[in-house]
Amino acid sequence: MARELTRRERLKIPRHEMPEQDAHDRSVNFEEVNLGLTAEQAVAEAERCLLCANPTCIDGCPVGIDIREFVRLVADEQFGDAADVIKRDNFLPAVCGRVCPQEDQCEGACVLVKKYKPVAIGHLERFVADYERERAGSTSVKTITKTGKRVAVVGSGPAGLACAADLIQAGHDVTVFEALHELGGVLVYGIPEFRLPKEIVKAEVDQLADLGVRFEMNAVIGMIDTIDELLAEEGYDAVFIGVGAGLPRFLGVPGENLVGVYSANEFLTRINLMRSYAPDAETPLLDLYRKTVAVFGGGNTAMDAVRTARRLGADPATIFYRRSDAEMPARAEEVHHARAEGIGFETLVSPIELLGNEDGWLTGARFQRMELGEPDDSGRRRPQPIPGDEFEVPIDVAVVAIGNEPNPLIHRTAPDLEQTAWGTIVADPETGRTAKKAVFAGGDIVTGGATVILAMGAGRRAAASIKEYLDTGVW
Amino acid sequence: MDGPQPGGELMNRILETRVLAPEVKYFRIEAPKVARKRKAGQFVIIRVTGTGERIPLTIMDSNPDDGWISLIVQGVGKTTRTLNELETGDSVHDLAGPLGMPSEIHEYGRAVVIGGGVGTAIAYPTAVALAEAGNDVVSIIGGRSREFVLLEDEMRAVCTEVYPTTDDGSYGYHGFVTDKLAELIADGPSIDHVIAVGPVPMMQAVAEVTRPHGIDTVVSLNPIMVDGTGMCGGCRVSVGDETKFACVDGPDFDAHQVDFELLARRNRTYSAFEYYRNEEFTEEHIHVDPVGSS
Ligand SMILES: Cc1cc2nc3c(=O)[nH]c(=O)nc-3n(C[C@H](O)[C@H](O)[C@H](O)COP(=O)(O)OP(=O)(O)OC[C@H]3O[C@@H](n4cnc5c(N)ncnc54)[C@H](O)[C@@H]3O)c2cc1C
Ligand code: SF4
Ligand code: FES
Repeated sequence: MARELTRRERLKIPRHEMPEQDAHDRSVNFEEVNLGLTAEQAVAEAERCLLCANPTCIDGCPVGIDIREFVRLVADEQFGDAADVIKRDNFLPAVCGRVCPQEDQCEGACVLVKKYKPVAIGHLERFVADYERERAGSTSVKTITKTGKRVAVVGSGPAGLACAADLIQAGHDVTVFEALHELGGVLVYGIPEFRLPKEIVKAEVDQLADLGVRFEMNAVIGMIDTIDELLAEEGYDAVFIGVGAGLPRFLGVPGENLVGVYSANEFLTRINLMRSYAPDAETPLLDLYRKTVAVFGGGNTAMDAVRTARRLGADPATIFYRRSDAEMPARAEEVHHARAEGIGFETLVSPIELLGNEDGWLTGARFQRMELGEPDDSGRRRPQPIPGDEFEVPIDVAVVAIGNEPNPLIHRTAPDLEQTAWGTIVADPETGRTAKKAVFAGGDIVTGGATVILAMGAGRRAAASIKEYLDTGVW
Repeated sequence: MDGPQPGGELMNRILETRVLAPEVKYFRIEAPKVARKRKAGQFVIIRVTGTGERIPLTIMDSNPDDGWISLIVQGVGKTTRTLNELETGDSVHDLAGPLGMPSEIHEYGRAVVIGGGVGTAIAYPTAVALAEAGNDVVSIIGGRSREFVLLEDEMRAVCTEVYPTTDDGSYGYHGFVTDKLAELIADGPSIDHVIAVGPVPMMQAVAEVTRPHGIDTVVSLNPIMVDGTGMCGGCRVSVGDETKFACVDGPDFDAHQVDFELLARRNRTYSAFEYYRNEEFTEEHIHVDPVGSS
């Protein structure tokens, strides 16, 4: 039973920081960096929660998890019940507890944030989810009455999986079509093992399979079936498009096609999806051992790429970012981890040319030094070149991590899906409805590269309006 | 499979295999939906085993009624050599497709289809499609020596003229495909369209032969791929100074615009790795176990 604690007693408990693998050890292995709280730590951390009458943290969560209630249950050692509370709103808690930018979301909105440190909501979410998974928890399989309606979900990233989860529980038949040979989208091909073990994603996917979701891998929609064919020939009553932000963007500078220049997508896919780091790997990767590796970009993808390179022996492994530290879009935790692992940071620099030898291999890059000017549309101060301030750096392998553009495959065969100037699909943010009847969309393909939890939220909102559409037949 | 599979049935079963030349093998594979959807010039991505790498292979032929596609595989690296060990009744682990843009097929008039080695298998479906579209199709199919000249009978069935060529003169025309092409251009009648598929230097040479004559020429490029869906950018090629992703924008491109040097270099990215793995493969497969177990 929970201890009765006064407000003052609660405020006295220090925040429990995440136990981590030693920085030196982890910089040479792919094991998870964060080790997770113990049950005692979790309970003590949960006791820090003031159980506010007006819990602002919930407003900070994009999917509105009843945080106060699940944290209360953790303090009460009712971990299974806590998991049930989270799962009402988030069916990927083990994933979100690891990769959500909590500092900008729930924890950033926690009342303690001003004078104390916020409750470690992310750590608690992860603890509860892991607890449940390891104990093969409280999967309350209820018998679902089938509606006889069929929905095709295109893409198995967080948006597609979340949508599938809600629809199968509403009694619809759901088939998820995935272009690659593994399920999970960015969670399996992008985010590395040391941040999100693949086994966790697999456990979540398996749960969906147990609930009756059908998965078809190696199914590239737009090629094997168009959206129209899914609706007309394959007999689906509705389609959800959650294909993510696919095509990697390059810098557009000379030398970008030299051997030794990877997009972050290719670099991470070779390693995460194709496991090219394993000794018996079939998929090759350039040897990084003691090589000078440069990663261009300052987001989560750049941090994942540079930390991965480090684990494969890169020395030095350096981030080159065109704004300053303060504007870096990567999560604070990732930047902190990267620094501890010996990653170098060069900020306010922008590559203007990649240099190669006569055999076409990368040898270095010429950079332009930048300074910060006026804020741009994103509210961040725009970097501008300092005239004449250029320098060269030798580089063996470069990774370009400056974002993605939408993949054209779907749109090519479904021109009636309305697109923005950037190629993202236009969909109502509340309902996920697109300009095309019976077709819904959500996640990165609508918003451009965003976050796991936002993609999930979009998948769930679309599921709700798909249910409504299938019940009423009204578009 | 790595994840749940529909019904768990064995997919992508091999229905027939045939050795066409040393290290070159024909496969007929069960893939009903791909067979129905694919068009000339498109490819599939295959993973031979559950830990294998993803490799692109052009679809040579298909039969939508019987639900199969055919592929021709040249054993060059470990993956293709492992694939070539499979026999009828085996299956490949993953097969995704059809991928890539179909070849553009119009009624050009007189079209020359050029295949070098297994490139002939890739060029073959385009020859069929060109013939069906009412073109007068001529083919030049080259090989190092007689045994490497592929699909001659198949080509004869759809082309008005077929010229086998061999580098060593052991069969057909003695010389390179480009020598024969130059002859055809010189002798007339005039040629309206050329498509060439084969090793990079061959395609580059074809481009140089047709360029001065302004003959519309298309090549099917073979860069290293990973996903085949536009996600990784590993397959990027430079065409008319623009970067294109071969798997979604191609694989067919205007031969006169392609930077072949770049393609050749990028294709050598992992040659050291491939060399090492090939050694490994050879050791595993050639060495006789001294104890003679199994
Ligand atoms: C390296 C990296 C690190 C990241 N780190 C974080 C983080 O720490 N925290 C965070 O919140 N977010 C992070 N993100 C962002 C987050 O992963 C994405 O916002 C989220 O995955 C988007 O989900 P989605 O479902 O829209 O698309 P995706 O996860 O991209 O999934 C789309 C799926 O659709 C498939 N697909 C594409 N085209 C087709 C087609 N034609 N037919 C069938 N299937 C298709 C793709 O193969 C893919 O599996 C990171 C992203 C990257 C790349
Ligand atoms: S889902 Fe993300 S934002 Fe919501 S409570 Fe969990 S960690 Fe916080
Ligand atoms: S193979 Fe990855 S983008 Fe073409």
